[in-house]
Amino acid sequence: MLTDFAWLPPCPADFHDRVKALPLAEGASGAELHALATAQLSRGQANRLARALGRCRSAGIPLGMAGFRLGIASNATMDMVTDLIPAAALRQRVAVEILTAPFGQVMQEAFDPSSQLNRAGCDAILLALDHRAFRLTGPRFEDAAEFVEQQADELAATVRAFRSGSSAAVILQTLAQPPEPLFGSYDARAEGSLRWLVARMNEAVLRIAAAEGAYLLDVAAIAEQVGTQVWFDAAAWHAYKMPFRGSCGPIYAEWLGRLLGAIRGTARKCLVLDLDNTCWGGVIGDDGLEGIHIGQGHPLGEAHLAVQQMALDLRERGIILAVASKNDDAVARLPFSGHDDMLLREDHIAVFQANWTDKPANLEAIACTLNIGLDALVMLDDNPAERGQIRAELPQVAVPELPADPAQFARIIAAAGYFEAAAFSQDDRIRAKSYAAEAQRADVRATARNLEDYLQSLGMIIGACPFDARNRTRITQLINKTNQFNLTTQRYSEAQVEAAERDPAAVTLQVRLRDRFGDMGIIGIVIARHAGDAVDVDTWLMSCRVLGRKVEEAMLARLGDSARALGAKRITARYLPTAKNGMVREMFDRLGFALTGEDAGGVRSYAAAIDALPATVLPMQFETMETAEW
Amino acid sequence: MNKQDTLSKLQEIVQDITGDDETKLTLNTVAEDVDNWDSINHIKIILAVESEFDVSFEADEVGSIKGVRSLVDLIAAKL
Repeated sequence: MLTDFAWLPPCPADFHDRVKALPLAEGASGAELHALATAQLSRGQANRLARALGRCRSAGIPLGMAGFRLGIASNATMDMVTDLIPAAALRQRVAVEILTAPFGQVMQEAFDPSSQLNRAGCDAILLALDHRAFRLTGPRFEDAAEFVEQQADELAATVRAFRSGSSAAVILQTLAQPPEPLFGSYDARAEGSLRWLVARMNEAVLRIAAAEGAYLLDVAAIAEQVGTQVWFDAAAWHAYKMPFRGSCGPIYAEWLGRLLGAIRGTARKCLVLDLDNTCWGGVIGDDGLEGIHIGQGHPLGEAHLAVQQMALDLRERGIILAVASKNDDAVARLPFSGHDDMLLREDHIAVFQANWTDKPANLEAIACTLNIGLDALVMLDDNPAERGQIRAELPQVAVPELPADPAQFARIIAAAGYFEAAAFSQDDRIRAKSYAAEAQRADVRATARNLEDYLQSLGMIIGACPFDARNRTRITQLINKTNQFNLTTQRYSEAQVEAAERDPAAVTLQVRLRDRFGDMGIIGIVIARHAGDAVDVDTWLMSCRVLGRKVEEAMLARLGDSARALGAKRITARYLPTAKNGMVREMFDRLGFALTGEDAGGVRSYAAAIDALPATVLPMQFETMETAEW
Repeated sequence: MNKQDTLSKLQEIVQDITGDDETKLTLNTVAEDVDNWDSINHIKIILAVESEFDVSFEADEVGSIKGVRSLVDLIAAKL
């Protein structure tokens, strides 16, 4: 739970070999270190990565990332955390080198100009001090306020000593609240209770940080989130003088890594939002304004509202918002202008990319338009296949893993901590709004991508069989709700679907797809009628989720097999235009059909000889089934 | 998980923490036999074991660990 950074993808299977191979040829090692760090790592793996960084440093390999020499002075044993900091900093594209002062020598290190930390040329010195360092270990009802002030004065003097002795910046910590109340609720009110003392000391830490220009690591917040009863481990303190539980090392290192990144300017600047099932429940192209879930009064609508609110809150502090969605542009913008319950409006979005081109190309266009690096982007997308493609093509973009439940999205983005700051000014606040509020659409450069590799990596398995009773309801539902990827938009009742099941002259196909991310269920439907030597396609529809995966070719292959089995030689088909299905106007052309005519209403007719259809090698395995077993 | 599997997983952890991929553990190995298995790495190894095996050790249990055999036995008792 504490080491479970749910927003990070699992560790790659070849982690061990890849770390061992470091350092690589010049230029590639930095990217590889960052890529390996961007995964859920065990303590052992984090140690390995830290050593690989050390090897690169010793060999003088240029890493193309910011360096950081961090000194640490603590009243406690920090060895069980320092081994985790390099991997955490690499996640933020910072190559950190750590020097730890000898145990319990904070004052000596600070006030002796020739101390190790003062002479080491540190970029920053972390004062990793807890409540014990300030002798706040029990109540002081006599001189509570004066005692805190004394401790604060000593802290300020220590900060100034390090500043003048080393020219390094200083990082201060807030204090976690020990969970041992003497009263209970009354501790908060009793001047001089430990709770009261720690709270006052934390106020002093914030004041000193502001006055002395020091950075802040909010350990109190980390401990609160983890739970102070977990954070504090009495046995670990007594035995090893560890300031907090060993298993909290990763989250402490993670927050520190983010702070170092913020200091070096590597924190992210732009949140790119997918739309369907991310900003609202449902698919706008299929469900329409009335069908998407967004707004108060029902759990799913409220969950997505929270995602929009979080995006707006980020924008309030200067994070730029963009959209990257697989949709027609006009359709994608509908909720922004036409739905009363939406919080996000078009003028909140600096760049609005809604098209059918792949997301990596759109992310490149967004970065280019905003004149920021890909490494400044975070992409929020509910679809694991999209996330996988973006991570494979553009490893610089941060793509958090998301759980299945949208109610958790806002929390996990906050937990992932992409937008830490070391400073905050008026200029920062207004940055997002200064991008022209016209929700620009950027030109997408068509880049040749290695699509074949990506499709193979999905491990797709496709299965097709005729309609059956068990799936009748679902088939009927798809026939009636699919609007965009629908060639003829024929609507049928369940009774009519049942009739098609039984009709010997009907060729029916229900097509199911699964890949390594999961089972998508039925994603394609074909109804065709056999007459003479031809099979005529009455219905052909697909889920937009399987665009660009060559599923159409696979369905055609199956239809061809069924038609051949009936003795047919030709397949005929039609495209019937509607307001929503423009994207499939030329699908049959792309599949190798000949256009036999187009009438005044835009209806396109096609024919193909079954044996003349192009045979393509498809990036998927076929499951042959007589009847659907799912 | 049988003791052989536990030993393999433990060996990997010790290699990860000590940085020596040549380290081979047997049930008879003690910390002194292994390069870099010093007192600090000992604690890191224990923490890694707790996390990887999803177990939790009491302070006195940690103190009772004399070598690989006692650690493997302790893990087996907790699983």
